[in-house]
Amino acid sequence: MSPSPLAIAVQDLVFQWPARNQAGFRLSIPRFEVERGERVFLQGASGSGKSTLLSLLGGVLRPQPCRLRVLDTDLTALSSSDRDRFRVDHVGFLFQQFNLVPYLSVRENVLLPCRFSRHRRRQALQSASSLQQAADRLLQRLGLDGSLARQPVTALSVGQQQRIAAARALIGHPELIIADEPTSALDADRQGEFLDLLLERCADDRVTLVFVSHDQRLESRFTRSVRLDDLCATTPC
Amino acid sequence: MAISIALSVMLLLGVEQLRIQARENFTQSISGTDLVVGARTSPIQLVLYAVFRLGDATHNIRWTSFQAVAAHPAVAWAVPLSLGDSHRGHAVVGTTAAYFEHFRYGDRQPLAFSAGQPFADVFDAVIGAEVAAQFGYRLGDRIVLNHGSGGIGLAEHADKPFTVSGILRRTGLAVDRSIHVSLEAIEAIHLDWQGGAPMPGVSIPPEHVRKFDLAPKEITAALIGLKNRAGVFQMQRFVNRYQGEPLLAVLPGVALDDLWSVVGVVERSLLAISALVVAVGLSGLVAVVLAGLSERRRELAILRSVGAGPRVVFLLLAIEGLMVVVAGAALGVLGLMGLGALAAPMVEEHLGVTLSASTLTPEAWRLLLLVMATGFAVSLVPGYRAYRLSLADGLTPRL
Ligand SMILES: Nc1ncnc2c1ncn2[C@@H]1O[C@H](COP(=O)(O)OP(=O)(O)O)[C@@H](O)[C@H]1O
Ligand SMILES: [Mg+2]
Repeated sequence: MSPSPLAIAVQDLVFQWPARNQAGFRLSIPRFEVERGERVFLQGASGSGKSTLLSLLGGVLRPQPCRLRVLDTDLTALSSSDRDRFRVDHVGFLFQQFNLVPYLSVRENVLLPCRFSRHRRRQALQSASSLQQAADRLLQRLGLDGSLARQPVTALSVGQQQRIAAARALIGHPELIIADEPTSALDADRQGEFLDLLLERCADDRVTLVFVSHDQRLESRFTRSVRLDDLCATTPC
Repeated sequence: MAISIALSVMLLLGVEQLRIQARENFTQSISGTDLVVGARTSPIQLVLYAVFRLGDATHNIRWTSFQAVAAHPAVAWAVPLSLGDSHRGHAVVGTTAAYFEHFRYGDRQPLAFSAGQPFADVFDAVIGAEVAAQFGYRLGDRIVLNHGSGGIGLAEHADKPFTVSGILRRTGLAVDRSIHVSLEAIEAIHLDWQGGAPMPGVSIPPEHVRKFDLAPKEITAALIGLKNRAGVFQMQRFVNRYQGEPLLAVLPGVALDDLWSVVGVVERSLLAISALVVAVGLSGLVAVVLAGLSERRRELAILRSVGAGPRVVFLLLAIEGLMVVVAGAALGVLGLMGLGALAAPMVEEHLGVTLSASTLTPEAWRLLLLVMATGFAVSLVPGYRAYRLSLADGLTPRL
């Protein structure tokens, strides 16, 4: 079975948050597709459901019955532990801020996915003789020098932390990177720098990237830009 | 947090260790003695003062009574004890050479001399290891006994000093803290005394005491060994029904059991209090971990993003709690051993209980395991909370 050219294929997706105060938020997307190797900019106002969509794509949340295929895997058919497994094996995540586990070293943070996934570990070791070397190399390619590796992660700047988080998302060559506003805590200069590095890495490794932001200025650097509002059905399906 | 658990574990195990070791110690002291005979009083009191040198005798028994008991055909050996005097806070025991021969302790060990020999002269004294160590006494040193026991400011038998003729090897028992002299010596130093004070105008110098009749008239108690242990109740009845004066014979083991049942209430409440302190420590741990959880929701989300399922998150938090408990417990055990090593000499001096700080009794191990099991159980609470949180939050905790 040859892999389909689609990294993400969504049809008639409906997800309903349980009501908290008012009626729970409802996300419904009739159709959304991303090709392998695309670097997609997903744009939307705060509270529009961007993070919710990413959680669905990563298999953290489970939608109502629909078509939700990520990397040729039907996420709706998987149990929650299989989805956890799928996530660490194939998807790298990047968040807005506080991306690192404070009591782990820089290296340990980078290697976290390799702890939970044999698949990622094996992939990381394909191009390096040891996991440490793989982590250090990746950090270097993201513009971090080795002296950092020994510092406590809490002592690092936000820009450095985000690069370490990027290294963690990239280690072991996951096919899909999901980034949820990773640049919004950085100032303009750092934003550009970080984005360059991230896009470069993704292009090099032919990784599919779904990048969420509400900052339109970044839009131009991606292969495609999508507005969440355009994806969503105005009337619930 | 680990510190508070360490302290509470220290308290709990400390109480337990002290309890068990005190019992062991007391039991060891009497391993070779079948009966303790003295004036009629409470059995516990008799055993306490005759064997452990704790408390004072209220009455003495006549020497003739002792002789009658010792002459009984069932008796293998009889050691008379004459108590009441002291030397710098340590008990003076008037006895006979039979004491060194027949006294047994622990695993039926006899007493042994580390230097010298039993008293031969009236003014010879055999001192216990602790007495020797504490005051630096050596063979040939002269020591002065006090009249009576307890406090400072006691009258001295200064005119009749004793010479150290022997030093006993350490036993860990009351023997270490005793000065042993002959019964004749006790008579001799009291020749010119009456009713607890020197007789005015009368002073008998030591070189003259031998002209007097130094045969003992009274003793405080006697330790009896039987030829055949099976006859112990018969012998006890014989003593208790002795016609000459009211006597009391006690099986020391039975008396100790009585003592433990009295002390047991206190022990149990102490143990309960320490257990409560441990409970407080553990609930403190849970409270702290729980309080910290809301700040760690990001961390949980990160773990979720790298494939940790809610169950893994649960386990991680539970194990984290357990590790704090284990670390605390280990710290507590180490602290207890350190403290034990420091406090052992003091405890030995005041309670007559030798602490071995370096080993835990099986009971203490059991308690320790119980603490850790409880610690793990309570760690499930933050674990479960983290499980719920990570399920609800997914990758995007609402902070
Ligand atoms: N864990 C949650 N529980 C309940 N409702 C949630 C949860 N997370 C998000 N929501 C709801 O989903 C809506 C969209 O949130 P989100 O996907 O985070 O938006 P965005 O990332 O675009 O800012 C929010 O308005 C919120 O009410
Ligand atoms: Mg968001």
